[in-house]
This record gives sequence, C-alpha cells and structure tokens, in this order.
Amino acid sequence: MLVLTCVPAFLVLLILVGLFVRARPILAEKPFFSLLFSSAWSPLKGDFGLFPFIMGTLWVTFVSLVLAVPVSLLTAVFLSEYAPRSVREFTKPIIDLLAGLPSVIYGVWGVLLVVPLVGRIIAPFFGVTSSGYTVLAGGIVLAIMIFPTIISVSLEVFSSIPYQMREASLSLGATKWETVRHVVLKKGLQGIIAAIVLGLSRAFGETMAVLMVVGNIPRLPRSVFDGGYPLPALLANNYGEMMSVPLYDAALMLAAAVLLLVVLFFNVLARLILVRVERRAA
Amino acid sequence: MILSRESRRLRRRKMEERIFRALMAVSILIVIGCLVLIVGTIIWKGLPAMSLSMITQIPKGGYYLGKEGGILNAIIGSLYLASGATVLAILFSLPVVLYINVYTKKRSRLASLTRFSFDVLWGIPSIVYGAFGFIIMVFFGLRASLLAGILAVALLEFPIMSRAADEVIRMVPRELLEASYSLGATRLETALKVVVRQCLPGLLTAVLIAFGRGIGDAASVLFTAGFTDRIPTSLLEPAATLPLAIFFQLGTPFPEVQQRAYASAAILTVLILIISLVARGLGKRYTRHIIK
Amino acid sequence: MEIRPHLSVQNLNVYFDQLRILKDVSIDIPDHKITVIIGPSGCGKTTLLKSLNRLLDPLDGVRVEGRVLVDNVDIYDPRTEVTEVRKKMGLLSQRPQPLPMSIYDNVAYGPRIHNHVDKKRLGEVVEQYLRMAGLWEEVKDRLGEPASRLSVGQQQRLCLARGLAVGPEIILGDEPTSALDPQSSQNVERRLIELKEEYTVIVVTHILRQAKRIADYIAFLYLGELVEHGPAAEVFANPRDPRMRAYLTGEIS
Repeated sequence: MLVLTCVPAFLVLLILVGLFVRARPILAEKPFFSLLFSSAWSPLKGDFGLFPFIMGTLWVTFVSLVLAVPVSLLTAVFLSEYAPRSVREFTKPIIDLLAGLPSVIYGVWGVLLVVPLVGRIIAPFFGVTSSGYTVLAGGIVLAIMIFPTIISVSLEVFSSIPYQMREASLSLGATKWETVRHVVLKKGLQGIIAAIVLGLSRAFGETMAVLMVVGNIPRLPRSVFDGGYPLPALLANNYGEMMSVPLYDAALMLAAAVLLLVVLFFNVLARLILVRVERRAA
Repeated sequence: MILSRESRRLRRRKMEERIFRALMAVSILIVIGCLVLIVGTIIWKGLPAMSLSMITQIPKGGYYLGKEGGILNAIIGSLYLASGATVLAILFSLPVVLYINVYTKKRSRLASLTRFSFDVLWGIPSIVYGAFGFIIMVFFGLRASLLAGILAVALLEFPIMSRAADEVIRMVPRELLEASYSLGATRLETALKVVVRQCLPGLLTAVLIAFGRGIGDAASVLFTAGFTDRIPTSLLEPAATLPLAIFFQLGTPFPEVQQRAYASAAILTVLILIISLVARGLGKRYTRHIIK
Repeated sequence: MEIRPHLSVQNLNVYFDQLRILKDVSIDIPDHKITVIIGPSGCGKTTLLKSLNRLLDPLDGVRVEGRVLVDNVDIYDPRTEVTEVRKKMGLLSQRPQPLPMSIYDNVAYGPRIHNHVDKKRLGEVVEQYLRMAGLWEEVKDRLGEPASRLSVGQQQRLCLARGLAVGPEIILGDEPTSALDPQSSQNVERRLIELKEEYTVIVVTHILRQAKRIADYIAFLYLGELVEHGPAAEVFANPRDPRMRAYLTGEIS
C-alpha cells in the first residue's frame, strides 16, 4: 500500500519524462525555443514551428476567460451570499452536471448552435464575414465548460471566510453588496485567482469540444473571428498520420509536453495558493 | 444639508446593490440556461434521427456513407472500456486513499503530498493522458486496442476517483477509527470493515463519477483504443467508443450520417444523465448515514 | 411627557426552522446604562442580541415575530432601511473580526461607506475613535499595517473604534471578552463603562462575575424565556425567580 501511495506523485513526473523522451529526436535537430517561436508548420518539409498553435491556444483560452470569469464569479457570489438554501441545493447538481457532460457533447452543441450563432449573427453584426468556425466559437464553448471549475472552487473559497466577518461589515451598516466587495471578494482574492487559474488550465488542455468548433487553421489568428488551431487540437487531429512522416510524432509529443508543462505550472500555482488559503482559514 | 447628502448617497448605494443583484441573477440564469440549452438541443436534434437499429445493430458496410446499421459497437465498446478502466482505477485508487486516511498520521507529509499530486493529476488534460497512454502502448509493443484504451482511461479516472473517494473517507471521524482499534482491530481490518462499510455509498458515487468521465472522454482513447465496426472479443482488439463515433459521424460530409451523430450524442447524454442521477441518489443516501 | 427608552423589545419570538429560540421576550433597555444579558449557554442570549440589529436576517430558516423599536421605529417594519438600523449600533463579537484591510481602513470603513468625508477629516475621525477605544497610542505609527497583525486584545479595541466611527447610539457586545486574556478583558470592560456616558450598552456574557462588575441592569434568559430583569443591584440582592436564584448560586450554569 505504501508503494502504491507513492504512485500519484511519481506518475506526474513519469508522464512528463515520458513525453520528453519521445520528443528527443526533434529536440536533437532543433533548439527548443526556436520550435516554440517559429511559425513555419509544414511537416513534409520538416518544419515544426509550434507558435501558431500556442497562439491559437492562448487566444481561445483568453476569450473563454473573458466570458467565463464575470459570469462564474457573480454566480458563485450569488450562491454563497444571496441565495436561499433551496436555490443553492437546486443549482449545485446543475453545476455538477455541466462539469460532467462529455466534451464531445459540448462540441456537437457548439457545431449545432454556437457556430451558426457566430457565423450568422455575431460576425455580421460586427461587419465581418465568417464561417462561424472561429476562435470566438471555441471561446464561448470553452467558457461554459470552465464555469463549473471556477464556480465550485470560488464557492469553496467563500465558504472558508468566517461568517462573523460578514456580520462585522453588515453591523456597520454596509449593504450586502458592499460587504461582498470589501470583505468577501477582498478576503477571498487569492482563492479567486486560484479558481481562475484552474479554469484557465482546464481551458488550456480541453481538446475535443474546441477542436470541433475552432476551425483548425494553422495560422496566427488576428481577431476572434479568425479560425485558430490550439495545441490539443493539433495533437488530436494528427494521431493517424504521425507515424509516416519523420520527426512528426516527436514534434507532436513535444507539443504534448509543452501543453503539459504549461498546465502543470498553472495547476501547481493554483493549488499552492489554495493550500495556503485553506491553512489560513483553519 | 448633510442629511440629504447622506440620503442621496444611500439611494446610490441601494442602486448599486440592485444592479449587482440583477447581474447575479443574469449570471445564474446563463449558467442554468446553458445546461438546459445544451441538453435540450442535443435531445431535440437527436430524437428524430433515433431509431431502434441505432442501438441494436453494429454498422453495416458503408454505414459512414449513409447506409444501414447502428452504433451498438461503440456503445458496447464504451461500456467495456469504461468498465475495465474503472475496475483498474479502483484497484489503484482505493488502497492509496485508504492508506493516506487510515495509516498516516493526521498531519502527514506523505498524505498531503499525495493529495496535492491527485489535484495536479486531476488537472492534466485528457489529451495528454492519451499521448502518454500511446507512449506506454508503443513501449510494450501493443497496437491500438481495448487494453491500451483501458490503460489510458484508467489513468484519466485515477485522480478523479481518488479525489472524490478521499473527500468521502476524510469525513470519517478519527474517533471511529480509534474506537475500532480499541476493540483490537488491526489497521487493515479497520480500513476494510469500518471505513469502507461506513463510506460505501459515497465510494460508489466516486466510482460512478469516474465511470461517467471515462465513458464520455474522447481525447484519451483517440490514440489508444483505435476504432472498429466490430464488437471487440478480446482485450487486444481495437474497440469503438461512443464519443469517437459521434466525432467521426459528425465529420462525414453526409447529412444523414451527421443526423446519426446527433442521435448518438443524445444516447451519450442520456447515459451520462442517468449515471449522475444514480450517483447523486447514492450521495444523498450517504449523507443520511454521516455521523456528525 | 413619557420618556421612552430608545430601544424596546416587544413580544419577540424567534424561530430556527421549527425550533422556538426566543419565547415572547419583552424588555425596555434603559438608556445610557450597561444592560447585561446573562443565562446558561444555548439559552438564546446571542440570538436576542443579534435580533436587535437584524443580523438574523441573512440566516436560512430564521423567522422573527414581534417588534423591536429603535427610537419608536419598528426595525422589522418592511419600510425600515436595514442599513440605517445597523448604523445605529456598534457590534463587538465573541472573537474580534478585523476586516481584511489596514488598521486605518478598518476604522474608516463605516464613514467611507455612509458619507463622503474628505481625506483630512477622515484622518481626524479615525484618530478620534482610535483614542476613544484607547488604541491610538499603540497604533499611531502603524496605521497602514494589516489589522490582522494586532494582538487579539488590540483587535477587539479596533473593532470597538470601528463600530464607534459609524456614529451609533447603542453598543452591542456578544461576549466581547471571551477570546481575550484577563488584562485585555479588563481594558475592554473599562472602555465600556466609560462609554455608557454617551451610549447605551448591551452586553451578553456567561461570566457571572463580569456581569456583577459592569452591569447596571440585568436581563436573565433561560431556555429562550426572559425570566427576570431589573436593576443589577436589586436582581443580584433579591432574585425573585427560583431559576435566577439557582443560576446565581451556581446550581445551573
């Protein structure tokens, strides 16, 4: 049992090492950073610049955060500070369900609803012609997928703030919202940042749903109405052919390793913050 | 004079309160609305394309060109795969979670490191588990198969299940363990007879949550499980999965086949809804037994 | 003209779900005195105190019946502005609850919320109330530090200053010394005695000796019922109710 208990900690390292070992062939040919920041992607010529994909990921993630953060935080504040018990009990399973829906389902829904919405309504509204398969569509779908993460982590953070602290603010004649703004949000700031970072890393690695709506064009997006090609989508789309082109699978494994590194960084950061918040509350 | 300034200010403050309350109401409606909209759209689009043959037949030749057949292969494949992965994940997860809750001291470094690792593992995207599963598969000289898929999905489920189980087991009061020791039970007996029994419904919920994740995940099986029109008869054969079937059907240029993708999506959604309802029901029952 | 006390409780009933926590409590709180609410733990002392400034409102499943009149206005009247009610009362809780901000901002919190005060004036206000709470000398050089760095005793006096800065008429203390060491407790008790010149003070305590030290007026609650109330000297000398007697002799606690 003791041996098994050491598995989780080592698994993280093992995955990282495994991916880098498999990426070694391409790292032997080209320096790491030139691969990261080169925009040339043509596997047949041996160009494996990951920059467009990294930027694609960043764009989609950014859009999703802009959409998800205000909605999620307001929802979390409502549920923890305003809602009566019955509403809270009613909403919690809904948020759990939202978290439990498979990403393919989000993808199908995105294709059915979000893509036409972007292509036919939002883009023309801004005077742009667009197929709808865009960074924006990916961002919208992703935003909904990270609602549950941000909401539930924020809820945990808010519940760790002593009720008496709110009472102190209320007893001074502050309104509920003033109490939320000056006390709850302020006291919970670190935890909220952690919640957002966790949502961000979720968005970063999400694959299928984004892949289905984002257009998959290996070019740097210049606006939210351009198609994009995030890293996870690159991995998913090319699994079939990667054995036939030299260095291709090494390049993809490098992409996976980069993805993992970024996600690990954000995750560890967020968890460290949360551990601190928890310890202070205890 | 001062009073009127203060009452004007009070009006503004109450206005601010109302504005933010309204924004919150809008936000929560968006969140709830999204779920309703997603499930609604999928069911509404999926139902018309649904037919008995969808769930009772495997694809006949040319299914993906719009010919006869169903996706029984994918439904069975997904069930095999998720069941196998879930069993494998239990085998790893339960001992670890029991160990960090029963065998270690209250403020054990090992326990907090393990919990931290679970949190981090939980955050790793499924596509990375897929890629890693692929590496393991190649390392052992396997081909894309049910077995390789089970491995990848088990990796994915491992942290999900462990975190949920840990949350349940952590609730067991330490006094209960001590009561068990004082009756002369060993740690192992305590873990299996007291903790597992006390937490059984909660643990089942954890297992179901992981199972639900496993059955719905596509990115991890993309590299590892392969895809086939047949129902696998051994661990070494490739297996179709429901999420991938949806993905492939949607990717074809034929409207009829895309319709079937919607129907398949509806099947998967209903499956997930059922699993989470059962999990929730068990969880509810569990709270009745909590010793507070 | 009849002199009405500015805080009066009439037939107050409080329910948590089905449980009746306060049973038909009626009491006039004398102005400019220290009223001490005593009674065994779990008898509704804190609930009574919190019902006075509507701090029970945000709790799930709480129902309040009856009237609480502050300056002849029923605070549970739907037309009453709850923030105004609370502004009239400063609260000291069991554990001091400094807000997550600097010492200065803690005291300035109320004035900033309620009225625009210019910077210079605000600085004066903060100093004035920190002095009143007997904290000024200890913190005047570190006003910008987070309030959480103060000792618990200092925090409680900061909370007092913070409450006073809103300009209340009434000070509510919910076992305000229970988390403090003897010396800090004494310090807070002394402040309360000073403050009754200007404010009406209501303190909940389960420490009988503390009640004897500071009380002008006593209210004895037992299982949600207001068993006995009256001037402290009278009540302590001749308790009328047998339960009050039993409590004073230590048979119930």
